[in-house]
Amino acid sequence: MKSEKKKSKIASTGKDRVFYIVCGLIMVVLTLMVLYPVIYVISASFSNADRIVAGKVWLWPVDINLDAYKLLFSYDQLWTGYANTIFYTVTGTLINLGVTLICAYPMARKNLMGRGPLMMFFSFTMLFSGGMIPNYILVKSLGMLNTRWAMLLPGAMSIYNMIVARTFIQSNIPDEMLEAAQIDGCNDFQFFFRMVLPLSKAIIAVLALWYGVSHWNSYFNAFLYLKDRELYPLQIFLKDILVQSESITVSEDDYTSVGMLSEHISVAIRYCMIVVSTVPLFCVYPFVSKHFQKGVMVGSVKG
Amino acid sequence: MKAVRKATIKHAFKRDWRLYVFLIIPVVYTLVFKYIPMGGLVIAFEEYKVRKGIWGSDWVGFENFLKFFESYQFGRVVKNTIILSLYNILAGFPVPIIFALAVNSIRNEKFKKFTTTVVNLPHFISTVVIVGIVFMLFNSRTGIYGNLGYLLTGDFPTDLFASPSSFRHMYVWSGVWQNFGWNSIIYTAALSSVDPTYHEAAQIDGATRFQRILHVDLPSIVPTIITMLILRMGTVMTLGFEKIYLMQNSLNLSASQVISTYVYEVGLSASGSGDFSYATAIGMFNNLIELILVVVVNKISKKVSDTSLW
Repeated sequence: MKSEKKKSKIASTGKDRVFYIVCGLIMVVLTLMVLYPVIYVISASFSNADRIVAGKVWLWPVDINLDAYKLLFSYDQLWTGYANTIFYTVTGTLINLGVTLICAYPMARKNLMGRGPLMMFFSFTMLFSGGMIPNYILVKSLGMLNTRWAMLLPGAMSIYNMIVARTFIQSNIPDEMLEAAQIDGCNDFQFFFRMVLPLSKAIIAVLALWYGVSHWNSYFNAFLYLKDRELYPLQIFLKDILVQSESITVSEDDYTSVGMLSEHISVAIRYCMIVVSTVPLFCVYPFVSKHFQKGVMVGSVKG
Repeated sequence: MKAVRKATIKHAFKRDWRLYVFLIIPVVYTLVFKYIPMGGLVIAFEEYKVRKGIWGSDWVGFENFLKFFESYQFGRVVKNTIILSLYNILAGFPVPIIFALAVNSIRNEKFKKFTTTVVNLPHFISTVVIVGIVFMLFNSRTGIYGNLGYLLTGDFPTDLFASPSSFRHMYVWSGVWQNFGWNSIIYTAALSSVDPTYHEAAQIDGATRFQRILHVDLPSIVPTIITMLILRMGTVMTLGFEKIYLMQNSLNLSASQVISTYVYEVGLSASGSGDFSYATAIGMFNNLIELILVVVVNKISKKVSDTSLW
């Protein structure tokens, strides 16, 4: 802090002022470049569909109305997708955390017999894999094709995240603590549940965020393994409508009450879909972004 | 000797058996979902028939690999993979560094926090939504791109998604947009650990802030930059399926068909031949090259900058 103050006193010569302005400009330009599309999408979603297509929306909503949202909300598949995604995210993340932590804790114990070979066993899978087709055959032969299991089990543990958790446990839970607990008659099960888990809250939070976001965002497994529309997560619907431009079908009475589902309104609905599917992220993100960044640093420390 | 070893194993197991109980599920998971598919690669050497199964199908040796090497698609998909990936790595490289240097020089903490929070945000948006946003905004009739073009030239511009050359730019720069903030974190961290006495010494010698960037900040993150660049080069054959597949269409296929999407097309897509063996062989060829690249690149990185993945 002290040096910071000193710095600001010494600096601020004319040349430096130019430099600071340039730095500030770089940051402002890059920030605006990120922010502009985001704001535009949100604005468009609240705007009159004809105005969007006619290019009247540039930054703020024009002719604010919620027609497109109303139409979108009457689209049953959206709710099915939303419910499925929430299910996959919550269940999937819990499975991920469980498997990752029960793997990370023993691997963090330096005196574990066979630790080196086990580590090689796990980390080799980061370098080499069977690939798309063998995975597909496996999922098929396990009878998981077109079931919810196909969304939960194949990615039950990320080795990278396991190593991050292991490194965290290694550097945050000292050996002396284990020794002291052992003298008091604590076994490894008790130590794990009573000491390791409570002391690893920080890393558990980071892992939960990482896993949670990846479940929320993933479409690949669903795309390969699911056929039944009832099982589809949100991202698959988004893919069909946003990317493949599949038309949206709504029930009859909604159709007539808002008018024909023109090309214009379906453009507006696409903007709404982007907002609706990303809104949970936007709500949570400002509060957790710090943890994400911390997690990156934990991950980059090797043990 | 043997008896002693046996005794210590027995002792260790008796002491730590609970730890091994913990490991049962992770090990079984890894065996089933990671190693069995690796074993499944044998179908690359077969003429796999679903009815006959993996062990009942006929062996054909390297026929599938040769078929791929000789096909006209080979040159195309390998070339596309390498071009797209190199472009991606090189274009994605400078922006995070420049951003980190700028962030590090600014003293207004609130402004810093706001900008970094904003630019990290897109990293968490799903691939589908990113591609959706790109499609919407750059639509040549209804998007900003189309309307801006109309405003400036009086006519709608050409469709960006119908041309192979613009596919590459769209793919790469939407990726830069999405990830530069996130990728800058590692540089910001490296910069924050620069010893402040260097800066003070430079200031006393009359260095301007910009000179301090050139002679203090930049040299101190050069090792990080080199390591990151080398390690990224190791992934030059690794191009994720998800985003490319979404941005692909029949008009830009000549630039957008890469190895991973070709594997899908041959093996699993409705329009493909459903030739599992051939698709697996192509995928395996790619995986092997990736493996070799990562190992080689790590060796280089270890020599040059003393850092490696393992």
